[in-house]
Amino acid sequence: MEHPILFLDLILGKFGLHIPPQLSYAVLTALILLGLGWLASRHITLVPRGAQNVFETIVGGLEEFMVDVTGEEGRAFFPYIATCFLFIMFCNLIGLIPGFLSPTSNINCTLSMALCTFVYTHYLGMKYHGAKYIKHFLGPIPALWPLFFIIEVIGHCARVLSLTLRLFGNIMGEDLVLAILLFLAGMFLAPLPMMFLAVFTSIVQAFVFTLLSIMYFTGAMEHAH
Amino acid sequence: MRKSLVFGLSMLLYLMWASLAMAAEAGGGAASAGLGSFFSYAMLAAGLGIGIAAHGTGIGQGIAVSRSVEGIARNPEASGKITVTMLIGLAMIESLAIYALVVSLIILYAYPMAKPLAEALGIKI
Repeated sequence: MEHPILFLDLILGKFGLHIPPQLSYAVLTALILLGLGWLASRHITLVPRGAQNVFETIVGGLEEFMVDVTGEEGRAFFPYIATCFLFIMFCNLIGLIPGFLSPTSNINCTLSMALCTFVYTHYLGMKYHGAKYIKHFLGPIPALWPLFFIIEVIGHCARVLSLTLRLFGNIMGEDLVLAILLFLAGMFLAPLPMMFLAVFTSIVQAFVFTLLSIMYFTGAMEHAH
Repeated sequence: MRKSLVFGLSMLLYLMWASLAMAAEAGGGAASAGLGSFFSYAMLAAGLGIGIAAHGTGIGQGIAVSRSVEGIARNPEASGKITVTMLIGLAMIESLAIYALVVSLIILYAYPMAKPLAEALGIKI
């Protein structure tokens, strides 16, 4: 499969920089999100209109949904959850534009986000429970503690793997399908139906990643079974 | 009964074609000392892997959607919550097929353990 033509690659190539495309597009997505946020917060009124309205709907809806799952203590980590959702959704969607690349179609990006969730989960567990956090990993019967500990540790590592591979596989798979359809039948606009499906799965995968993060945080905060 | 007969016949035909292709590939490969027959097995593994994963995913997602549609039919007011829960469940089930896809792509593009295994078995790659 030949190297795709990417705008940022061409622009940065003129300056002589050879930054990997997933990094430059991730920075571009972050700048776009910051720009949209700044645009929405220029004239804040009590009765929202325009861009402020859109952002209030998205952020407010996400916050209500999160507090439904985690309870009132969850508001503390809402910034991380909202960043996860918006960043992953924009990263996924940006790959559908010809000449742009999804940063999340590279396993480095998804692995780093899954590791952030993993670290934050254990940080929250230790913050709320201290040393007694280890009780989450042990079962109900003291005699079976070694066995349960190994199983729980493997389960926690499997969470990182599953978060990474789910997002990476979905987004890279859809990019690959679009590239192959373009190669096979580009003249008949064959990728177009796939793009509708790709928009849908991009949003759903961002939401699933965020939802799983919320559920892991809730599991770490609550009392052990 | 009829379904398993159709399935068995299609598997037989597929294996006939595949063995023809692999025989030709092996003949050409032995002459050119390239990645001949190992590559055709890799293609077979990658294709069958994702195909079998798609079976299970199709059945699982079908059951999920059918139960959620039934739930909406019983209680049309809850259709918003049921739809959201159904979409989340579908994404979870789909992720299993995605794991199989990643393994297939690794087999096709990354040839893991190809050299060490071949040396152990004495096959020339």
